[in-house]
Amino acid sequence: MASRDEAVKHLLRRAGFGASPNELEFYSELNHRQAVDTLVDYEQFDDDVDAFIGVPGYVNVTVRGTFSPNTVINDARQRWLFRMVHTARPLQEKMTLFWHNHFATAYSKVAGAYGASDATRMMAAKASEDPAKLQGQVETIRTLCLGSFRDLVIAMAKDPAMLVWLDGRFNTKQKPQENFGRELMELFSMGVGFYRESDVYAAARVFTGWNLRRTTTSREDLYPVYEFVYNAAAHDAAAKTFTFPIYPDGSPTIPSRSADGGMQDGIDLITAVVSYPPTARRLVTRLWNSFVSELNPPPEELVADFAQAYLNHNYDLRLLMRSMLTSGNFRSEANYFTKYSWPAEFVARGLKEVGWTGFSVNDAVSQMVNMGQVLYEPPDVAGWEQGAGWISTGGMLARMNFASQLSKAQVTNLVNQVRPYSKTADAVLSYFLDRLSPSPYEDASYNDLRSYLLASGAWTGSDAQLRVKVPGLVHLIVGSAEYLFV
Amino acid sequence: MMTRRDFLRNGAGAFTIGMAAPSFLTELAHAQGAASRSLVVLYFGGGNDALSTLISYNDPFYYSRRPTIAIPAGNVLQIGSDSSKVALGLHTQLTGLRAIFDEGRLGIIQRTGYENSSRSHFQGQDIWGSANPANPQTLGWLGRYLDTLPAPVNPLVAWDALREIPRALFSDHVSVPAIPSAASYTYASPNTGNEAALERTYAQRIASHVPIDRPHLAFVNSNIDAAMNTLDKVALVTKYQSSLTYPTSGLGQSLKTVAGAISKNVGTKVFWVQLGGFDTHASQVGTNGAYPRLMTELNDAVLAFYNDLRSQGLLDQVLLTSFSEFGRRAYENGSVGCDHGAAGLMFVLGGAVRGGLYGTAASLNPDPKNPTLENNGGDVHYETDFRSVYARIIDGWLGADSVSLLAGDFRKPDLKFI
Repeated sequence: MASRDEAVKHLLRRAGFGASPNELEFYSELNHRQAVDTLVDYEQFDDDVDAFIGVPGYVNVTVRGTFSPNTVINDARQRWLFRMVHTARPLQEKMTLFWHNHFATAYSKVAGAYGASDATRMMAAKASEDPAKLQGQVETIRTLCLGSFRDLVIAMAKDPAMLVWLDGRFNTKQKPQENFGRELMELFSMGVGFYRESDVYAAARVFTGWNLRRTTTSREDLYPVYEFVYNAAAHDAAAKTFTFPIYPDGSPTIPSRSADGGMQDGIDLITAVVSYPPTARRLVTRLWNSFVSELNPPPEELVADFAQAYLNHNYDLRLLMRSMLTSGNFRSEANYFTKYSWPAEFVARGLKEVGWTGFSVNDAVSQMVNMGQVLYEPPDVAGWEQGAGWISTGGMLARMNFASQLSKAQVTNLVNQVRPYSKTADAVLSYFLDRLSPSPYEDASYNDLRSYLLASGAWTGSDAQLRVKVPGLVHLIVGSAEYLFV
Repeated sequence: MMTRRDFLRNGAGAFTIGMAAPSFLTELAHAQGAASRSLVVLYFGGGNDALSTLISYNDPFYYSRRPTIAIPAGNVLQIGSDSSKVALGLHTQLTGLRAIFDEGRLGIIQRTGYENSSRSHFQGQDIWGSANPANPQTLGWLGRYLDTLPAPVNPLVAWDALREIPRALFSDHVSVPAIPSAASYTYASPNTGNEAALERTYAQRIASHVPIDRPHLAFVNSNIDAAMNTLDKVALVTKYQSSLTYPTSGLGQSLKTVAGAISKNVGTKVFWVQLGGFDTHASQVGTNGAYPRLMTELNDAVLAFYNDLRSQGLLDQVLLTSFSEFGRRAYENGSVGCDHGAAGLMFVLGGAVRGGLYGTAASLNPDPKNPTLENNGGDVHYETDFRSVYARIIDGWLGADSVSLLAGDFRKPDLKFI
């Protein structure tokens, strides 16, 4: 049976971004159920992490002129990574990242339509900090990430960045635009195989008139309002028939309505797709893959049970996540280290476990480009290619190079911390394996790490030796395949 | 009697003197004999609107169904007629491609696709990548080719210029390096000198172990190992200086790197490059329209690549081919764009290419009975199965056997563009 520390580390790698020393201490005092409740019921902690940006003792951000995370996308990326490292609500950030991938919207297309500043606002602005109270898509996700899935989908259907990304703003009765309707079924809910092309055409007509309004107060207005608007004149009021049930009585047809009331069509279709059993199963499977195991498929029974619970409880995501994280499957050691870390998980975990003194998240943002994950810029509407899809030679070099940069920046701290164990190379190795907790090394690899420490002459444990070997060792561990799995 | 299947099962070693070599073997030997041939696959990401790339400018339905996004006949770069006597022209921006066409080094295969074309980007990519519409979640067509190469395989036998490995390059035995930027394809160390070298040695040593019951760990390790094995050759390629100026665009820089790798003779047989942004549901034309920008980027990058290779006498060693996961709808939508469709087109370009127009153009007549369209006259119906193009590339250029790699005979006698 795994030690309490190992179990806590597993929980925080999955429901968060790894464990900093303080988090490890805090969560180790709780039993598993309490720890999960603490993560899931995160409202008990203040949402004040942003206030610590720029404060000594926290990871740095790189400021060019003014730090502007609501209007400059690179600063938004830095802010998000800062949150992943320091938030008291790690599961909220984790779920936000999960849904960002699910409703994958890329900043660059929005910027192509409305410019860099407004596109950053539409993706990332905090309403409380935006002069026009605009709330960026990812902030909207953050507020709804553990609510009802139906509410989340409706919010995404009305989200300004989404209306640009999937061209909903061009969807009219005269010229229905299929992009959003197709992805709603293919990617956001049931998945390929449960709808037909005719459903795509019908869904496009359902959302005719769901549009985006941009309002400025003057020509020089730097903060236009972007908001959802239902444009009745552009709505196709005729009935729409699907190949799957729309209403609880099994009826597949959204009735003809007056154009003024036609917005209900979209609400009806969203309700239908979120309550369609294939959607429930797909959602449970995706959550399983992200939180329990990517390598071991979920038992069919579990999928059926969790899908039913989701359908019975108003599409409640909090209930689903609490059940998943407290399940025996989640706790089973067979599921430890059975997920490929996303680059965001990898860098945030590295910072929490190796240390962040004097390090700027901006350097992590740069390395993440080569690792294959740019926040607010998923490669396409299907999100990032996960699992083994993250792995490539270039991507591995980027992970190793991040480990190099980080270990170099932390030399002084690492040497100070390991000094009590410096008498033998074995003690140093064992200290770092415990602290960084990679998945277990085979004997041959373990011996290689040990040989590395002993390779340049007799072990003395002097500071001069530690200053060379410690960053080298941390580089090797964090850059190894064993550390990549979470 | 030696059958074709025996040959495939037993390899060339089973062949004894005195047996008459069937013609496919002669061709095979010829293709394998070429010292260093490279295939460059250029993927148009997002679903290229082929009807805007190659324009049937005398078709009145082209203009009536695409009143906003059609390329005006006067702006089309005319390149003659296809075998069905339909006059065709290239997009306005493709001046360089027309020049290459006029030199007989560009082939355009019209209406490439497959039955029941998927309108999903992701399923479409998987189908084109696996060359297996019935079961697209399998190894890639080029990955299967790489698996046929005799060991030891050059670690740079394939070169993917993207961050992710496309399905087409999924293989059983060959680890394909992803090199989005050759310049940053390096190994850093917190130490310097001998200690840095020691870290590199140990990183590779740790990655060289293959734990039997942990295949995913082994997979990651194989990527680390492959990265280490390719670092020095890639560094060599970054030293490449072209006498030509390439555009600064993403595709321009990718193709410059490809030319560098060919010029430095690092032994790469398959390159994969991408031009993204073809999902033109909106704002396809007009001020800042997406399509003319894409065509400009394509034209300028490919022209520089072509001229660079030609000036070095390397054109005969290279075959470039392009594809996209689907074509787009015959008629425009309401947002100055068009939605997902079916058949598209493929380019083949290189010193050994027999240039010209292959296949016949679609008529855009909306009559549901129009055989060149499908989906009630909404989408272009395919004429040439994309696997027939792959088959020709495999047989005629890569020197492998398409019937085996594509699990079927897709060879088409009139499709000898190489």
